[in-house]
Amino acid sequence: MNHNSKKNLMTGSKIIIESLIKEGVDTIFGYPGGAVLNIYDELLNYKDKINHVLVRHEQGAAHAADGYARASGKVGVVLVTSGPGATNTITGIATANMDSVPMVILTGQVPTNLIGNDAFQEADTVGITRPCTKHNYLVKDIKDLAKTIKEAFYIASTGRPGPVLIDIPKDITSSVYEFDYPENVELRGYSPTYFGHHVQIFKLAAEILKAKKPLLYTGGGVISSNASNELRELAELLDLPVTSTLMGLGGFPSEHPLFFGMLGMHGSYAANMAISNADFIVAIGARFDDRVTGKVEEFGKNAKFAHIDIDPSSIGKNVKIEIPVVGDVKSVLSSLLEVLSGKSEEISSVKYERLGWLEEINAWKYEHPLNYKMGDVIKPQYVIEKIYEITNGDAIISTEVGQSQMWTAQFYRFKNPRTLLTSGGLGTMGFGFPAAIGAQIAHPGKTVFDIAGDGSIQMNIQELATAVQYNLPVKIAIINNNFLGMIRQWQELFYHKRYSFSEMNVNPDFVKLAEAYGAVGLRAKHPDEVVPVIEKAMSVKRPVIMDFVVDKEEGVYPMVAPGAPITGMLLV
Amino acid sequence: MEKTHILSILVENESGVLTRVAGLFSARGFNIDSICVAKTLDKNESKMIIATSGDAQILEQITKQLNRLVNVIKVQELNDEDSVVRQTVLIKINADETTKSDIFRIKDIFGGRVIDVARNYYTLEFTGSERKIESLIDILRPLGIKDIVKTGIVALQRVKKG
Ligand SMILES: Cc1ncc(C[n+]2csc(CCOP(=O)(O)OP(=O)(O)O)c2C)c(N)n1
Ligand SMILES: [Mg+2]
Repeated sequence: MNHNSKKNLMTGSKIIIESLIKEGVDTIFGYPGGAVLNIYDELLNYKDKINHVLVRHEQGAAHAADGYARASGKVGVVLVTSGPGATNTITGIATANMDSVPMVILTGQVPTNLIGNDAFQEADTVGITRPCTKHNYLVKDIKDLAKTIKEAFYIASTGRPGPVLIDIPKDITSSVYEFDYPENVELRGYSPTYFGHHVQIFKLAAEILKAKKPLLYTGGGVISSNASNELRELAELLDLPVTSTLMGLGGFPSEHPLFFGMLGMHGSYAANMAISNADFIVAIGARFDDRVTGKVEEFGKNAKFAHIDIDPSSIGKNVKIEIPVVGDVKSVLSSLLEVLSGKSEEISSVKYERLGWLEEINAWKYEHPLNYKMGDVIKPQYVIEKIYEITNGDAIISTEVGQSQMWTAQFYRFKNPRTLLTSGGLGTMGFGFPAAIGAQIAHPGKTVFDIAGDGSIQMNIQELATAVQYNLPVKIAIINNNFLGMIRQWQELFYHKRYSFSEMNVNPDFVKLAEAYGAVGLRAKHPDEVVPVIEKAMSVKRPVIMDFVVDKEEGVYPMVAPGAPITGMLLV
Repeated sequence: MEKTHILSILVENESGVLTRVAGLFSARGFNIDSICVAKTLDKNESKMIIATSGDAQILEQITKQLNRLVNVIKVQELNDEDSVVRQTVLIKINADETTKSDIFRIKDIFGGRVIDVARNYYTLEFTGSERKIESLIDILRPLGIKDIVKTGIVALQRVKKG
């Protein structure tokens, strides 16, 4: 362009790293291989600026970057090689895509002249990841490299966030071009609607005031748009009862008197009854997943619906919406609060009229609270309750998938957004532990737990070496029932107790396993040992595995059978 | 109700766009009846015309999903009343002494052309609405159609009158 920029000649590898720095990236999760060796060589020159975390499996890198992103709100970055390196990240990318987590994944590719040749370690990464990314790119010319990275970060972090993959052939990483990082992106087909339409917001305000039995149904969108404060203001302004999806937990304080717990398949009695009896439901950054709605025709069958979401394709997908509001949750809620702020007299009278509705929901809450029976063996719910008490609700909790995940959602009373990291959409076993590693790196000072099942933890246990290497004091609490417990529960209820291949007959000795990796291993077999084990784990500044040997056949309740209306709850 | 829908999709002219769009349909078990793609006046963009059938609610969902694709600039549903819809067909037909005059007569009635002549075969070209093409094929079939190819539907919104 001009004479100065000529001085800015760089290799593709250097352009990649300089671009990442421009995007404010200081942490990368990765694993080297042939196609990315040039980039790795350059990385060594940036040790003071970029912390590269060497995982033990590329799936671990993707989940760790995901956990880092969920816990911090920043974009998680992954760097892996071509072929098997790229394919190993797929589960992690699909997990992030389903839960709308901003990530940029850099994959190496064989040199441009070999693409399509079945070259060594070649995979059609862009083809494979097309349906599980928000967008993806193959960089064919070094001229496009910086621009592509700029676009990738922009797309990943704006609108409904998601993973964006950039596939970079090896020759591009060694060729030389001038580095000129673009200031802006120009994308003709991409411009998310940020502000809600004012007509819709007025309608919504009017309907919220008019309703007799209003209810807020909140989801992960509250957390990704950082709208917890606005949500709380709205709920408190009008005394609106709140129920949340799994993904929304932490977006509203669980101990708040207006909070009635999670809804859906393993939701609380009060939440599911409230949905079925409400006359106006405002869905906020939630997407009417089948695990939430149960039989969709009966979901909120007495209610009108409003839906606030940044993604128009989420609105009206499963349920008819009377008042759609497309926009960022935080921005829409702020506008809504503004509209309502002028109506304080009206508000105090509707609040008074609706007291009966709150009493009704509270009655359901006391009728069937979440509970379990203590005994001589450790109850899984008890372990989670104690983790909650001992961490004072301030820990970051990641989960695996299964019963332990559902008990965590029910019994850990989340206070703050970005403190529950869980694979809600894809339901990926093996997510929790690497995600906890990512979260611990994002928040070195915080207590981070992975609440795991004995099955799930074995899906990415290799990352224990990563945790030990980087001195990450992540606490793994294994709810060890020697079963793929959630599978067992379905087989108990729907397959006449035919436990087909759901028993984990052989598990490793998790205490010895921890020690073999250089971590700390603890075990509790009796209810009395639970608290001491958690306290001990909290006191050591190293990775810890706690093996809680629990009741093998405990179930998660309430439970709604798949496809049944959510009022049809099996209770304890 | 299952009904034929025509979508006019303006996209950025980049590799992989066709796969992204087609992938959205297949991922939802939605059949594409026909698809036509070509550059517009602006060489950086292409227009796709997709004919598909399915119920209106799924179509709305697909339209929203298409809009979500980064390379999709605009999606519009076109309907028969306010758009012109055309398709071209090439038909290779058995043309011996007994059929030649019939073929010529039919081609004239339908406003088609003979674009290639071989010893025993003619190749006809015809442009029209889907329904007209179907009736042309019905009439020609007894004469011995050897091969046939259709372009798929193209459509353009009419200029609003008044
Ligand atoms: C990768 C993957 N494979 C299979 C499943 C299906 N699945 C859901 S829950 C579950 C059992 C999990 O067992 P465990 O981790 O021991 O947890 P528990 O239910 O016993 O608490 C399985 C196999 C899944 N969610 N993810
Ligand atoms: Mg288990």
